[in-house]
Amino acid sequence: MSLLKVTNLTKKFGTFTALDKVNLEVNKGEIYGFIGPNGAGKSTTIRVLLGILKATDGDVKLFDKDAWSDAVEIHRRVAYVPGDVNLWPNLTGGEVIDLFVKLRGSNNKSRREELIKKFDLDPTKKCRTYSKGNRQKVALIAAFSSDADLYILDEPTSGLDPLMEQIFQECVFDLKRQGKSVLLSSHILSEVEKLCDKVAIIREGTIIETGTLNELRHLTRTQILVDTKQPIEKLAELKGMHEIEETEQGLSFQVDTDQMDQVMRHISQFGIVKIESAPPTLEDLFMRHYEGTEKVDVSGAGGAQ
Amino acid sequence: MANNSFVKTGYLTRFILRLDRFRISLWLVGLTFFTLIVPVAYTGLYENQQERDAMAVTMENPAMIAMVGPGNIENYTTGVMTAHQMLLITAVVVGIMSILLLTRHTRADEEDGLIEMIRSLPTGRLSYLNASLLVISGVSVALALITGFGLYALGIESMDLEGSLLYGAALGGTGLLFAGVTAVFAQLAETSRGTIGWSIAILLFTYLFRAITDVSDEALSWISPLGWVTKTEAYDANHWGPIFILIGVSVLLFILANYLHAIRDLERSFLPSKPGRRTATRFLQSPIGLAIRLQRTGMIAWAVGIFLIGISYGSVLGDMETFFEGNEMMEQMFQLTEGGSITEQFIPMLLIVMAIMSTIPPIMAMNKLRGEEKKDRLEHLLGRAVSRTRLMGGYVVLSVVNGFVMVSLSAIGLWSAGTAVMEEGLEFSMIYGASMSYFPAVLVMIGLAVFLMGYFPKYTTLVWLELFYSFIVLYLGGLMQFPEWVGKLSPFDYIPQVPSEDVSVMTLVMLTVIAIVLMVIGFIGFNKRDID
Ligand SMILES: Nc1ncnc2c1ncn2[C@@H]1O[C@H](COP(=O)(O)OP(=O)(O)O)[C@@H](O)[C@H]1O
Ligand SMILES: [Mg+2]
Repeated sequence: MSLLKVTNLTKKFGTFTALDKVNLEVNKGEIYGFIGPNGAGKSTTIRVLLGILKATDGDVKLFDKDAWSDAVEIHRRVAYVPGDVNLWPNLTGGEVIDLFVKLRGSNNKSRREELIKKFDLDPTKKCRTYSKGNRQKVALIAAFSSDADLYILDEPTSGLDPLMEQIFQECVFDLKRQGKSVLLSSHILSEVEKLCDKVAIIREGTIIETGTLNELRHLTRTQILVDTKQPIEKLAELKGMHEIEETEQGLSFQVDTDQMDQVMRHISQFGIVKIESAPPTLEDLFMRHYEGTEKVDVSGAGGAQ
Repeated sequence: MANNSFVKTGYLTRFILRLDRFRISLWLVGLTFFTLIVPVAYTGLYENQQERDAMAVTMENPAMIAMVGPGNIENYTTGVMTAHQMLLITAVVVGIMSILLLTRHTRADEEDGLIEMIRSLPTGRLSYLNASLLVISGVSVALALITGFGLYALGIESMDLEGSLLYGAALGGTGLLFAGVTAVFAQLAETSRGTIGWSIAILLFTYLFRAITDVSDEALSWISPLGWVTKTEAYDANHWGPIFILIGVSVLLFILANYLHAIRDLERSFLPSKPGRRTATRFLQSPIGLAIRLQRTGMIAWAVGIFLIGISYGSVLGDMETFFEGNEMMEQMFQLTEGGSITEQFIPMLLIVMAIMSTIPPIMAMNKLRGEEKKDRLEHLLGRAVSRTRLMGGYVVLSVVNGFVMVSLSAIGLWSAGTAVMEEGLEFSMIYGASMSYFPAVLVMIGLAVFLMGYFPKYTTLVWLELFYSFIVLYLGGLMQFPEWVGKLSPFDYIPQVPSEDVSVMTLVMLTVIAIVLMVIGFIGFNKRDID
């Protein structure tokens, strides 16, 4: 069942097109990663989802209701953490958390206390004294102590230290266990890889990739370092080979993940002494898009020439 | 060891001077202008001793003494008049200048981690504090000399060199003193807001203390530093003693600040800010509760201010006749008609000015919504189960109630002081009703703010322009003889000159309807637009 469905969403600011025919679909129980470089349109998309910005064109539905006209109804079931958390300087963190939870409707006191302890926040301090990370904690605690069906988190860990990031990830796993859905925007790929079932990659306002992590890995390359008894012949002529390099430890190259099988068969003829492989990461995929020259689509054979 | 504490103080002094050169220049120019323009205006307004004496009579009531301090009514020359009516209030402004300038380079820089950086360089531990104190001392001395010689240079007969220098010295001394107070609180308080808050509290306390003792027992005013300022009696008795007390106490405060600074760790304080609330009260947990909470302090301050303005206007009503006698400019301004009581002529003018002032806080309350939007804080509310109508509705309600309270307070203030000083007294229902007839115009201004917020959020400040325009047109309208349509662009102009003219219910209803229409349109716009 899809909780969130965005069809052909276009958003213009004046003449500038910030989003161009964006499609997204998040189903119940999914942790959905939404990644892209700064200025790609992640926050804009999310703010349209929340009815804070009005879509120029396209259809945006949450829980089968319209994001703009049914905003209040929808928000009773959504918990949101904005990308830039600006708080009121003369309220304390504790006051802001209570206000936020209350404005959503439900209230879970014991969860609130537990989270405050977990995130190591002093709720009696005025927000004026909080660092970016602490302000983010306030928003995260308010979100995680609400009982929502869909959690929309916009780069929630950009100000957190590694320890807190760990705690954040635990909280997301908790939600997943409870069968909740999460839309997590991020540019930290390792985080998305760890947490998400599906990802969408956005760049300059258009979605350039969507799919499960496995589907996307299919399109990435694996880094291989191999040492053989005899020198490997005709390696460069194989399909899907990239960046072949002689090093002191042996031969290093990248191979398209879907060509792995035939490459391995070929190499094994030369007597493998040692082989190391690094798993494909979203980083690779992402970097290729960053470079901007290669266009990969899910249906195609993949790999660049 | 002791010498090391002050290494590079001179260098840091120049550094701070360079950082603040515009800020300091603006304060100096502003204060000097403010100080010099008044005696010039007085010589124009009061041409002879008789007119000044008439003015002096109006100053001889407890309300005025509480406000500006005692003055020698027997010898009311232009010089005495200036010192009596302007010195104390200017000294308060100088105090505020000192507090703001010094906090910037003490607790504020410490809070921002700048002092940590400077301390890591080869500078003394007390250098930065003393550099800031040197700068503010220089500013105080400069202010004393510029205003002192400036006043003398005006060449007004009753303003001799000694009196002028004393006047300047009183201002400079106040600057020094409140620099000392601020320097101490920068050690005691943990934040720059705390430093400013405590220092301004002391400033207000010394002002109010002096107000009470000036009225009850003048000798006790010697306890308040602002009492020392008026005790100089510049242009009259010319006492220099209070100046030496001001300087002496300032030096003691400087030494105390140095001592406290030396014995504490960086970024620590002696009055640690107490922990705030762990949980929100029931009251805070709604959009309107939040709006009230955010504006509470400001609204209370405005309410007190508006009430005091009402009182001070009211307190002069009794002596209005004497004030007007022979003053052609004022007569023209109020277009005095034969026979009409001068007080009756004057009250509508006061009511307009008070109504316009009472419009400031409700507009601030409404425009706060735009401020919150610009700081990206509306997202927190609209991203939760709060509709735009509910959000804006809260602000409109708050703003309308605010306007009602302000208009009421101005009327109550005017009436209570007026009825006390006037022989026949004033009828409360007449004053209150007349003030309230301006409320529909206040509503139109709020409506304009709502409309702009809905459709032209980038231009919400235009409502201030309209208010300023109203003020100019109505206040100076009589004097400048503008054509009629000029006034018609302001909602305040449609209100009859109550209580001398009759209230036209129809006009008030029409204005209210216009206000409501503007608000409804604003709500529609706000519900349709992007939140920035
Ligand atoms: N209110 C606005 N007016 C004009 N341009 C905007 C506005 N908000 C965002 N943009 C532009 O839209 C693009 C997408 O921004 P954003 O969604 O914040 O990116 P991301 O969150 O992915 O970093 C950026 O180029 C940004 O400058
Ligand atoms: Mg963003």
